[in-house]
Amino acid sequence: MRADNLAPVEYREEAGAGMLRACAVACRRDLLVAFRHRQDIVNPLVFFVIVVSLFPLGVSPDLDFLREAGAGIIWVAALLAILLSLGNLFRNDYEDGTLEQWVLSPQPLFVLVLVRVLTNWMVAIVPLLLLVPVLGLMVHLPADLIGVLTLTLVLGTPVLILVGAIGAALTVSVRSSGVLLALIILPLYVPVLIFGTGAVAAAADNVPIVGHLAILGAMLALAITLAPLAIAAALRMSVASG
Amino acid sequence: MSEVLLEASSLYCERDDRVLFSQLNLQIRPGTLIRVAGPNGTGKTTLLRILAGLSSFYEGRLLWQGRPLWQVRESYLANLLFLGHRPAITPSLTPLENLAAFTGVRRRNTRAELLDALAAAGLEHFEDIPAHHLSAGQQRRIALARLYLSTAPLWILDEAFTAIDRDGVRALEALLRARVDAGGAVILTTHHELSLPGCEIITLGEDGL
Repeated sequence: MRADNLAPVEYREEAGAGMLRACAVACRRDLLVAFRHRQDIVNPLVFFVIVVSLFPLGVSPDLDFLREAGAGIIWVAALLAILLSLGNLFRNDYEDGTLEQWVLSPQPLFVLVLVRVLTNWMVAIVPLLLLVPVLGLMVHLPADLIGVLTLTLVLGTPVLILVGAIGAALTVSVRSSGVLLALIILPLYVPVLIFGTGAVAAAADNVPIVGHLAILGAMLALAITLAPLAIAAALRMSVASG
Repeated sequence: MSEVLLEASSLYCERDDRVLFSQLNLQIRPGTLIRVAGPNGTGKTTLLRILAGLSSFYEGRLLWQGRPLWQVRESYLANLLFLGHRPAITPSLTPLENLAAFTGVRRRNTRAELLDALAAAGLEHFEDIPAHHLSAGQQRRIALARLYLSTAPLWILDEAFTAIDRDGVRALEALLRARVDAGGAVILTTHHELSLPGCEIITLGEDGL
């Protein structure tokens, strides 16, 4: 180590990097980490496929039953897959001290949090959404219902992951928090599930689905604006008690 | 007397019904080096975390440049570098990626500057090896490379010397001296014997500060 090329002492009123640049840096970093931990992305996907295929095997391969229950099965399986992936959202960063540095960074914490959650949605959930049409065919959903189902998942999964991140942030300092996280989060998932599957059921009955989609959209707007603040506050608490 | 950067007055903190310190007064001025000493479990890390604004389990007042810390938190954080027990190194990223992720949210640095800082920290030729393949000392050096890029007037270093070899510690002493001469302020804890002339020592523990 040398002492010659030290940066000078400078007093600042704010961070030297703009917020957009900081977001780009944080996003790039999260994508890199996701790329290096590919199994963390693949595992929930495989889980998703297996859960969906258990229903025809375990309940009934009857076409009428599958057509009736298919959308619900896929929704519940997606919800569980998301729940499974939430444990890793902040855990490693908490343990190696990165979260401490997040809290101490001059950028607003909720912005960094939003970047993390949206990046996670991109790398973990988008592949899952791409599988939905295939699984939809497997449970004999008609093509137009598969479209509606995918649309509700596109609107609903960001809500699930944003709300789930609040729970992940609250339980990040708790050892073996898996069940606790599920207990906190699953009740909050109920409205999203109801309106998500409700839209598909309405489409199957040829009833307009705009109302369902509007409510899902409203939940998404609420989650994307309020959840980052709650996640940031929960992370601050977890770091302060650690 | 130069202006006081960070001032703590009548700090009181207890943990698990045990008083760690009470009536602790502390002034950090530019160009000073303060070492918090004391046996294990006397609250050195707790004190540094309180000063960094990471913990709120305390009573007393903290002022940054004469204003209450909670009011000027953003400008305080823009002027602070904190290195904790946990080095904030992501094992799957390389030293270069780790450093870029850390400094990128704070300040613009060119790739050459990052490489320079890593070389200065003794990580030349290790820039592109994932951190989990490096030794504990080398991982700690990634964290220390941040010191070379930091313009922050106040450094809070909690056990930053852990796992660093003897030459590394000596170089770090030189680095800290250069920093203090340049007008920076440093407050640190360590169990290493350091030769830092002019270092102010605060002892926690027996004397019941």
